[in-house]
Amino acid sequence: MSRPVSTASVPVPGRNRKSSRGWIATAPLLAFVAVVFGAPLVVLLGGTFVRQGRFTGENLAESLQGAYLTALIGSVKLSATVAVLGTVLGVFLAQAVVASRLRQAVLTASGVLANFGGVPLAFAWIATLGNSGVVTRALGLGEHGWSLYNFWGLTLVYLYFSVPLTVLVVTPALDGLRPQWREAALNNGASAWQYWRYVGVPVLAPSLLGAVVLLFGSAFAAYATAAAMVGTTVPLVTLQIANALTGNVLIGHENVALALSLDMIVVAGLVMAVYLPLQRRSARWLR
Amino acid sequence: MAALTPAPIAGNASSAPGRKERPRAWRVVVLALAAVYFLVPMAASFWFTVDDPQGFSLDAYGQIFSAPGFASSLLLSLALAVATIAVVLLLALPAMLAVRLGAPRLRPVLEVVCTLPLVVPPITFVAGIGTVLRFGPEYLATTPFYQTIIALQNPDFPVVLVLAYVVLALPYVYRSLDAGLRAIDVRTLVEAARNCGASWPHVMFRVIVPNLRSALAGASFLTLALVLGEFTVARLLSFQPFPVWIVYISGSQAQVSVAVSLFSLLLTWLVLLAVSLAGRNRS
Repeated sequence: MSRPVSTASVPVPGRNRKSSRGWIATAPLLAFVAVVFGAPLVVLLGGTFVRQGRFTGENLAESLQGAYLTALIGSVKLSATVAVLGTVLGVFLAQAVVASRLRQAVLTASGVLANFGGVPLAFAWIATLGNSGVVTRALGLGEHGWSLYNFWGLTLVYLYFSVPLTVLVVTPALDGLRPQWREAALNNGASAWQYWRYVGVPVLAPSLLGAVVLLFGSAFAAYATAAAMVGTTVPLVTLQIANALTGNVLIGHENVALALSLDMIVVAGLVMAVYLPLQRRSARWLR
Repeated sequence: MAALTPAPIAGNASSAPGRKERPRAWRVVVLALAAVYFLVPMAASFWFTVDDPQGFSLDAYGQIFSAPGFASSLLLSLALAVATIAVVLLLALPAMLAVRLGAPRLRPVLEVVCTLPLVVPPITFVAGIGTVLRFGPEYLATTPFYQTIIALQNPDFPVVLVLAYVVLALPYVYRSLDAGLRAIDVRTLVEAARNCGASWPHVMFRVIVPNLRSALAGASFLTLALVLGEFTVARLLSFQPFPVWIVYISGSQAQVSVAVSLFSLLLTWLVLLAVSLAGRNRS
C-alpha cells in the first residue's frame, strides 16, 4: 500500500506546483469571463423560461410566432442573401487582384473596409442614396420609386463590409491554387471553365463556405447599421430584441426579448458549428 | 522560352506571363465596378456635408466641435477605450503566457473561452447584461452587491461598458497576441532571463513586453477601434458614448451627423492602418 504512494509522490508535487502556477495566472481571465460573459448568458437562458414568476415555455413559443417569427425569418433571409452575394462578388474581386500590382493596396483597403460598420456606414449610405442623398437627387432616382430603406437597400449596404471581408478570407486560398494545377489541366486539354469546375472550385470550396458562414454571422448579428437606417421598416430579429428590451412589449412579456436572443444564439451557434470543421479541412490543401 | 517553365508545350507556357502583360477585360470591369461601389459613397457623403445653398462650405465640420455633447461623448468613448485596453491586456497576456509556460492543458480551454464571444451576437449579450442589471437589485437589495451594481452603471463612467467591451475585444486580442507569441520563443527567453536572476516582473516588462511590442500595439489598436465604434451595447444600456451621440445628433442636424460619421471613419481608418503597418513591420 505504501509503495505506490511513495513512487507516485515524487513527480506529483513538481507537476502540481507548475500547473498551479499556470492556474494562478489563468484564473483571473477565466473568472472574469465566467462572471461577465457567463452570468448574463445563464440569466438569459433562465429568464427565457420564466414569465411572471412561473416556469413556462410561453416566451419561447411567442418568440416563434407572428411578428417575431417574421423578423427571425427576415434576418435569416437577409443574412443568407448577403452571404451568398458577398462571397461570389468578393471572390471575383479577389481573383482579379490576386496576381496584379494592385494586390497589396486592395488587401489593405479590404482590411480597413471590412471593419467599417455600425452607425457611420448607415449615415454614409443615407447621404448617398437616401431620400435626399446626393446620388438620389443627381440621378432623379426618387421619381422612379427608389428607396434605400428596404430589404435590398440593406443588402446593398451590408455588402459594403461583406465583400472586403470575403477578399480577406479567400485571398490566402486563391494563393494556394498552384499554377502547376492550372498548367496540368490546360495541358490535358481542359478549358478554363473545366479547370474551375473540376479543380479550382472544389479546392476552394471549404474556404468559400467558410466565407459564406462568416458573412452570414456578421450580417445576422448586425444591429447598429439597421437601427440607424431602417428603424423598424424591415423586420429583423435584432431590431425586435432592441424593441422588446426598451420596453416596447405587453406587460409580463418582457422576457420575450430573452427568448428571441436565445433563438438567435441557436442559429448563430449552428452556423458556426458548420464553419469550424470546414476551416480545418481547407487547411489541408492550403499549406 | 524553355527556361521560363518546365512545361513541354511552349505555346501554353507563354500564357502565364502573357496574362500579366495585358489585363483581361473582365478584370478591368470587376475593378471598375468595385471602385465605383466603394468610392462613390465616400465621395457622395463628403459632397453631402459640404453642399450648401450658397455653394461650397465646410461649416458642417466646424459645427461638429460646437455641437452639444460632442466633447463629452468623445471623451467618454476614449476613456472607455483606455480602460478596456488596460483590463483586457492585463487579463489576457499573463493567461496566455501561463498556458505556454506552465499549463499547456489549459490552452484549448483558453482558446475556446476567447473565441466564444464571436459566436454570441452582441445584442443577445446585452439582453443578458440588461436582465442582470435589472433583476440584480431586486434580489440583492439587502446585500453590499446592490451598491456595486449601482456603481457599475454610473453614467459618468459606466464600468459595466468596460466589462462588456473587454469580453467583446477578447477574440481579437487573443488572435493578435497569439500570433505575436508564436513568433518568439517564449520559453527560452523566460528561462534565460530567470537563469540570469531576473525577477518575474522584470521578465514580464523588460523581456516579454518589448518582444511583443507590435502584437500588443495591434491588440490595443483593434480594441480602440472596436470601442470607438461600438453602438449596440451602449445604446441598449442607455449610455451615450460617441457612436450613440452621432445617432442622437442626426435627429436635429443631418449634415453634422454625416460629417461626424466621416470624421469617425477617418479616425478608425487611421487606427486600422496603423495596425496593418505594425503587422507588416513584424513580418
